[in-house]
Amino acid sequence: MASHGDVKHDYHLVDPSPWPFVGSLSLFLLAVGAVVLMKGIEVQGPLKGLLAHGSPAIFGVGAIGILATMAGWWGDVIKEGQKGHHTPVVDIHLRYGMILFIASEVMFFVAWFWAYFELAIFHGVRADWIIQGDADVMKAWAHWPPPNVETFDPFHLPLMNTLILLLSGTTVTWAHHALQKGDRNGAMWGLILTVALGSLFTFIQFGMEYPEAGFMYGNQGDVTTANLYGSTFFMATGFHGAHVIIGTIFLTVCLIRLLAGQFTPQKHFGFEAAAWYWHFVDVVWLFLFAFVYVTPKLAMEG
Amino acid sequence: MATSPSAHAGEHADEHGHADHRPSPYDPRRWLFSTNHKDIGTMYLIFAIIAGLVGGAMSGLLRWELAEPGLQVFNGQSVLGIVFGNEHNYNVIMSAHGLIMIFFMVMPALIGGFGNWFVPLMIGAPDMAFPRMNNISFWLLPVALSLAVLSMIVPGGSMGTGFGGGWTLYAPLSTSPQLHGGPSMDLLILSIHVAGISSILGSINFIVTIFNMRAPGMTLHRMPLFVWSILVTVWLLLLSLPVLAGAITMLLTDRNFGTNFFNAAGGGDPAMFQHLFWFFGHPEVYVLILPGFGIISQIVSTFSRKPVFGYLGMAYAMVSIGVIGFIVWAHHMYTTGMGLELEAYFVAATMIIAVPTGIKIFSWIATMWGGSIDLKVPMLWAIGFIFLFTLGGVTGVVLANSGIDTVLHDTYYVVAHFHYTMSLGATFAVFAGFYYWLPKMSGLKYSGFLGGLHFWLMFVGVNAVFFPQHFLGLQGMPRRYADYPAGFAHWNLISSYGYVITAVGVLVFLAMLLDMFVLRRRKLNAAENASPWGEGATTLEWTLSSPPPFHQFSELPVIAEEKHH
Repeated sequence: MASHGDVKHDYHLVDPSPWPFVGSLSLFLLAVGAVVLMKGIEVQGPLKGLLAHGSPAIFGVGAIGILATMAGWWGDVIKEGQKGHHTPVVDIHLRYGMILFIASEVMFFVAWFWAYFELAIFHGVRADWIIQGDADVMKAWAHWPPPNVETFDPFHLPLMNTLILLLSGTTVTWAHHALQKGDRNGAMWGLILTVALGSLFTFIQFGMEYPEAGFMYGNQGDVTTANLYGSTFFMATGFHGAHVIIGTIFLTVCLIRLLAGQFTPQKHFGFEAAAWYWHFVDVVWLFLFAFVYVTPKLAMEG
Repeated sequence: MATSPSAHAGEHADEHGHADHRPSPYDPRRWLFSTNHKDIGTMYLIFAIIAGLVGGAMSGLLRWELAEPGLQVFNGQSVLGIVFGNEHNYNVIMSAHGLIMIFFMVMPALIGGFGNWFVPLMIGAPDMAFPRMNNISFWLLPVALSLAVLSMIVPGGSMGTGFGGGWTLYAPLSTSPQLHGGPSMDLLILSIHVAGISSILGSINFIVTIFNMRAPGMTLHRMPLFVWSILVTVWLLLLSLPVLAGAITMLLTDRNFGTNFFNAAGGGDPAMFQHLFWFFGHPEVYVLILPGFGIISQIVSTFSRKPVFGYLGMAYAMVSIGVIGFIVWAHHMYTTGMGLELEAYFVAATMIIAVPTGIKIFSWIATMWGGSIDLKVPMLWAIGFIFLFTLGGVTGVVLANSGIDTVLHDTYYVVAHFHYTMSLGATFAVFAGFYYWLPKMSGLKYSGFLGGLHFWLMFVGVNAVFFPQHFLGLQGMPRRYADYPAGFAHWNLISSYGYVITAVGVLVFLAMLLDMFVLRRRKLNAAENASPWGEGATTLEWTLSSPPPFHQFSELPVIAEEKHH
């Protein structure tokens, strides 16, 4: 690299950047703003209105700052890649980094599956613990799924969503192979289809399935029976749904970058990272489908 | 490389010029926008010192309160110009002391500070793999600390401001709308989220750096043990923190969005929070101590002028501590009524950890055995660490037994145990590393007298604080109360005297820093500029100048022989 004549290694020594600091400050505002939205912080003086329960201003500024950070930071990464800073060894950095990020995401879902399995499998064990009868608790722990819960038929919309995600896994692979062969047109159509299938999944999940749920989320339901199933179901599938949306955005960015001619048959790690992420989202869904949708249904029938 | 001698010389001078191209320390952008692992490491260390002073001052309030029966501090009257309302505020300070010391003192010092500074130097790398991400890992910490401090002064619940449920955040105390319904707990949850993001990003950075940036010839089995210790530590963080993130998100939704994960009357289970928390929490306690193991290995080897005894055994002992650390979490929960079979398993699994830990202790002693021991300040701290950590380790074996733990659970015996491993173990390792690497980081020498005085005051002080707490625990004194019956007064008073000695030790530490950095009387001379520690210091950081160039290893070093342990 001409600009670093005296540097005899291929690592990328990144220039100073404002984004980590801006991002951190924005996250502070986002966190305080979230608490203001949820609870409000009672103070006197000029900040009173800003910190009153439900006031969106601080959260909004934080969110804008986070979005600006993401755009600015990742935009810089793209520019650095185009300048040739992503040498083969740096490319391996990025690959390791993405794999490890996905590993941490897997562990995040472990927490939600953990809650689901513990509450599902051990409800009877907990019911046995009760020495002094607390009627509400005994009722809550007696059955899983709780008696007032009407679970989804797994072989209806959920099966369709499973097929949609699996199909999107094939289209993203199609896009990848086309990209490697230098077939820009094929890559474009593969990506367009993947984004469309991802959006369709989101529409079916949030637009068609959730409104039909035969149980409630949060304190809208019967507290002693239906509510807990709704908590685990909606938090686990909802976090997955959020990841589908993130993955769809990631793939959309890749589509734009493809059309802008930023990917070559040799170098297109941004696309590969999006594809890895997409497969991760896909696998999480298969676990959700098997254990959150199918198994309870079989258990209830069996 | 085919270059003529003159061209090579010119190139070399050029490299020197580039390496010395160090921005001014008075330019705020150097720190706010940094992408330099040494600058970021320095910020971590300064942050850790500040957080340590804050957390240490908080423990001063606790020991002041506990010096005698009755309420001395938390009684609604003005103390030092501040009114500490009631016993709830004692618990708020206690919770904050724990969280600050763990997340904002020990972890930033050991992983962020020494890890950032010395992992790239020790493996022969010019910087971390992701220098910009490195900076957000740091800057998220002041954000997290601000959220935690903010949490202390906003409404907590019926008892007053702040969250008083301990660093473990157990439900239902942390979810009860009546006890902690205010925004305080929500801020604390988000503070831990932010600290967690910081650590996860840092962990990814370290793993990639260690796997992919080792200099030619620096195989995994030639890496210094400190690098091994950081590698194991960050794997633990990467795999355990997201589970905590899930658990505290459940707390957040239980508190704000009406879920019932931890509400028994809604079908949930408060004990499940303990499982999720300790699945993170137990690896976390190894996160706090493993980097210390690495530092002690470097120091013991340096000042015994011997390679560390059983290098591979030492490395894989840490790996096995890390692996087993994931499957022992419920030994924190023996009194939840988990069932005898589970208890038996967790007792057995927990005791097994004593085996690799014993390997480490014995190998340090074997390293010293027959060595040419030089009792310089870092070595004092290292030997102090081995002594105190062993004590904390053996009380850990006692507590591993569910039968005994049923009696000792939540007593001061537990407080004494984990302070011997943390306050005396991890913190002694922090100071050992600090005194070991301070000349390297600054190019200055410190006063050996002040360093030694600091050590002996701290050593006597912390033992006086925590040794009597074993007796208090065995007598049945429960933790997390602001007051106690008169029968516990004797040992509590001694414990509080110990705090005063420790505090004087910290003042000596600050005096040492002032003497070193303000007076700047002792610079490393040319002969000892690379290493003031003589031939025992064999790792790569001692081949560089002190302080090292702004960007080191523009030409990567080649490691040929197996001497860099």
